[in-house]
Amino acid sequence: MPHRHAGPEIARSPDAALDGVADGASILVPGFGPGTPWNLLRALHRRGTRNLTIIANSVGYRSPRPDVKTIGDLVSDGRVSRLVVSFSASTRPSIPGPAEQAIREGSVRCELVPQGTLAERIRAGGAGIPAFYTPAAAGTALAEGRETRTFSGREHLLETALVADVTLLRARRADSAGNLVYRRAARNFNPLMATAAALVIAEIEEPVEERGAIDPDHVHTPGLYVDRLAPIPPAPEGLFAVDWLALRPPSAAERARGVDA
Amino acid sequence: MSGGRGSASVAGRLSREQMAAVIARRLEAGWIVNLGIGIPTLASSFLDPRGGILLTSENGVVGYGALATGDGVDPDVVNAGVQPVTLEPGAAIVDHAASFALIRAGRLDCTVLGAYEVAADGSFANWSVSGDHALGGIGGAMDLAAGARRLWVVMEHTTNAGAPRLVDRCSLPVTAGPGCVSLVVTDLAVIEVAGAGLVLREHAPGVDPERIRALTGAPLALHRDLAPISL
Repeated sequence: MPHRHAGPEIARSPDAALDGVADGASILVPGFGPGTPWNLLRALHRRGTRNLTIIANSVGYRSPRPDVKTIGDLVSDGRVSRLVVSFSASTRPSIPGPAEQAIREGSVRCELVPQGTLAERIRAGGAGIPAFYTPAAAGTALAEGRETRTFSGREHLLETALVADVTLLRARRADSAGNLVYRRAARNFNPLMATAAALVIAEIEEPVEERGAIDPDHVHTPGLYVDRLAPIPPAPEGLFAVDWLALRPPSAAERARGVDA
Repeated sequence: MSGGRGSASVAGRLSREQMAAVIARRLEAGWIVNLGIGIPTLASSFLDPRGGILLTSENGVVGYGALATGDGVDPDVVNAGVQPVTLEPGAAIVDHAASFALIRAGRLDCTVLGAYEVAADGSFANWSVSGDHALGGIGGAMDLAAGARRLWVVMEHTTNAGAPRLVDRCSLPVTAGPGCVSLVVTDLAVIEVAGAGLVLREHAPGVDPERIRALTGAPLALHRDLAPISL
């Protein structure tokens, strides 16, 4: 494997970019609507890799679109054995989430984590910090049996760092040195997850630019973290702006009002 | 839009939009505010853009405005509920860890969240409807509850089955313990949560405070300046 600072490999497709991602891998998946690596997720689903651990903000819903695959689809299709997420159940009581049954039955293990703690555990993982204390979740059911410590009269909970085998990123721009720029709220978990895995693969919205084309002051993720770039193929094959809300089934109230999914 | 003024006024209950407007009116100039998924995020469309309130979202958007429509939609600019929003002049984007750093370190003057239950001691429950701690939707609620200087809840006064959501003790697993919630806006009332318990501050127009008491699962004192909610 070449030194990372020699620049990342440029894969010929999102599917090729996943070469070597094996059964049993742990995978960091960013996204909060925008910033989701839709093309790599679909390639991962197509690849059939199983027994995955997925670390992400949310399971989401099953996709109604055949060309879009969500983490919910990976779970429903039996590819996932473990989840670390801040949302494992549907936020709408009228629509069950795709992982709920599997978690109840025990076929998928799930660790539910407050969102800020999840972000900080990944940041810590990429920053060489093994653990930290946070006030979030202290005194709740999530703290039962866990190590706590009081600082300034307030109870805090010990949280450990998260790292993974693979990260799948979504960036707006990349240069051939692997430097990445995210756009607007598509940034979210991307820069954190870029630092916390052994193999980091980024799908890129715009054509990969020559080394140095991105002003050093504007780089969000330095290229030394990035192993592979996967340029997103032209639409309609390539997935660009995917309307996250349209992937969600309508609630009972919306159906009653005649709102389409 | 859900509810609508017509059906809401027949039942005497506020619509979701009216509840959001009540929240928006109570946020003060100069505050830095986080609005949670659901009714709270609707409040951004009822704020005066020049009102001096800075809205931040868990996903790292610092300085957003009303819900975006038509040509104003940028698919990469969304609120906590992943609804497209506008960016205000002076907005900034940070990553998820930096977003929660400012939340945890106490930079928020107020956060407004939805909930299933609020107890008279100021604890609340909004992440789990089962006893299974692996199943639920915490999102940023526990970090927000731990970090924000004020926590307000907006929710329907009763469940679909008519049971009170304001209770003596939460029956569901709590998001944060006693002393956390200071104000609750429901479709029937504005209620302050003080050291001594729940105090009815405003009631929906035309709704008898005694009816609100009957639909509340904990003692409800009447504020000396009790008034109808102005809509």
